[in-house]
Amino acid sequence: MSENLIEIRDLSFSYGQSLVLKDVNLTARRGQVIAIMGNSGCGKTTLLRLIGGALKPTSGSLKVDGVEMGALDQAGLYRLRRRMGMLFQFGALFTDISVFENVAFQLREHTDLPEAMIRDLVFMKLNAVGLRGAHAMMPSELSGGMARRVALARSIALDPMLILYDEPFAGLDPISLGVTGNLIRRLTDTLGITSIVVTHDVQESLKMVDYVYFVSEGVIVAQGTPDEIKASDLPYVHQFVHGEENGPVPFHYPAPEYALDLGLSA
Amino acid sequence: MIETLLDSVRGIGRRTIDRIWRMGVAARFFMQILLHSGTGFRRFHLIIREIFSSGVLSLIIILVSGLFVGMVLGLQGYETLQTYGAEESLGVLVALSLVRELGPVVAALLFASRAGSAITAEIGLMKATEQIAAMEMMAVDPIARVVAPRFWGGVISMPLLAALFSAMGVLGGYLVGVVLIGVDEGAFWSQMQSAVDFKEDILNGVIKSVVFGVAITIIALFEGYDAPPTAEGVSRATTRTVVTSSLAILGLDFVLTAFMFRGV
Repeated sequence: MSENLIEIRDLSFSYGQSLVLKDVNLTARRGQVIAIMGNSGCGKTTLLRLIGGALKPTSGSLKVDGVEMGALDQAGLYRLRRRMGMLFQFGALFTDISVFENVAFQLREHTDLPEAMIRDLVFMKLNAVGLRGAHAMMPSELSGGMARRVALARSIALDPMLILYDEPFAGLDPISLGVTGNLIRRLTDTLGITSIVVTHDVQESLKMVDYVYFVSEGVIVAQGTPDEIKASDLPYVHQFVHGEENGPVPFHYPAPEYALDLGLSA
Repeated sequence: MIETLLDSVRGIGRRTIDRIWRMGVAARFFMQILLHSGTGFRRFHLIIREIFSSGVLSLIIILVSGLFVGMVLGLQGYETLQTYGAEESLGVLVALSLVRELGPVVAALLFASRAGSAITAEIGLMKATEQIAAMEMMAVDPIARVVAPRFWGGVISMPLLAALFSAMGVLGGYLVGVVLIGVDEGAFWSQMQSAVDFKEDILNGVIKSVVFGVAITIIALFEGYDAPPTAEGVSRATTRTVVTSSLAILGLDFVLTAFMFRGV
């Protein structure tokens, strides 16, 4: 068993003509929490979808647990995905079934466990996220933070080796934000999971991750431990970490001269 | 000038190719549903659930409409038959119109707007809220888990609803013709019994309703699955489901009728 769960070498990806990711190199050691950061539309979610196998690399190599993702057929991909969990931006809970059934979903689909055992497992997973008491509720009755935690319980139902988080902090109040951050760290450590977190919430994620990759316009522009990132003097990283309005990422979307648009040409 | 003309011709060509392309995609989608139907039948409770949500929940509208259509048939039929002194054939007229045409067609139109639109909206929203993507990430094929059970639920519900519609219609015709107007009750039922043929009329009506059921659910499922995952995309897809399946029902009805009742 190699020490690295994810190994990405010179990976490029394009949608039709437009190149979304270019020569990305990334590794994630087992048991680490890795953050992929960048501004909206920089290609970080695409990277996450590539790791999950929803997209195939245009060129380069992407290995998860030693398996080359681009070469898998659907059956192989589904076999690998049973050992992966993914937390979607707003939870993506199944709205027509209860919290309990949501967490039980994969157990029912992929195992023949007796009902009593499914019940115990679901309660254990819900207890780990602190929502055992909410098992009978419907997803529509949950707050945003609770839905995110139920989705987390659902994604650890089959004890995965890897969890992918797509913007786990988006739209959460400060309390839920802290709770979610701590949960990601705690679950990673206690269950021996590897976590990949795609986020633009710098402050929260720098508190709990082991290593950070910064993506800008499809290229990894910086990487390092949280301390290295905080101390970085790269203009882009500095702008991002400190949330400055102007910098390498301009406030204005590219446009013709302002005077020209107002009809004030000289 | 020439350029704009050429552009519009190109536009027509492009739209035509797009339509044909979409039909091809829909046909492949249909094949996939059939290939993945095994899971649904092994876990029949998934299909039962869908029969409940498209069939049982459509009952009220089907039963009430059936009753009214039958009552109107009773009134109109009596008016016409009376001029020929043939009001005793009212039972035949009501039963044959319902079993052959109105039952399958009107029930299918109601089913398309009640259950078809609901299916499209539900699947479109599941896609928009990433539930379909989540299912795929959990190594569960959404065609097998979400789409195929809904397909069979609709296909099983549709003929049952059409039959109930016809039954309610006959009851409505009876209420107006016999109870209200006073047509002879014995003649009403006995003429109906001798004129309605099981194979020619009832079975052909059932075949029609099964075909309509397949068409409606396929259109509804495909539109939902293919909808852009936005509020606008889902609402457009829902409208398209109702429009396309209504047209499909009426078109198919003509074709099927031409095959079934060639003036024999």
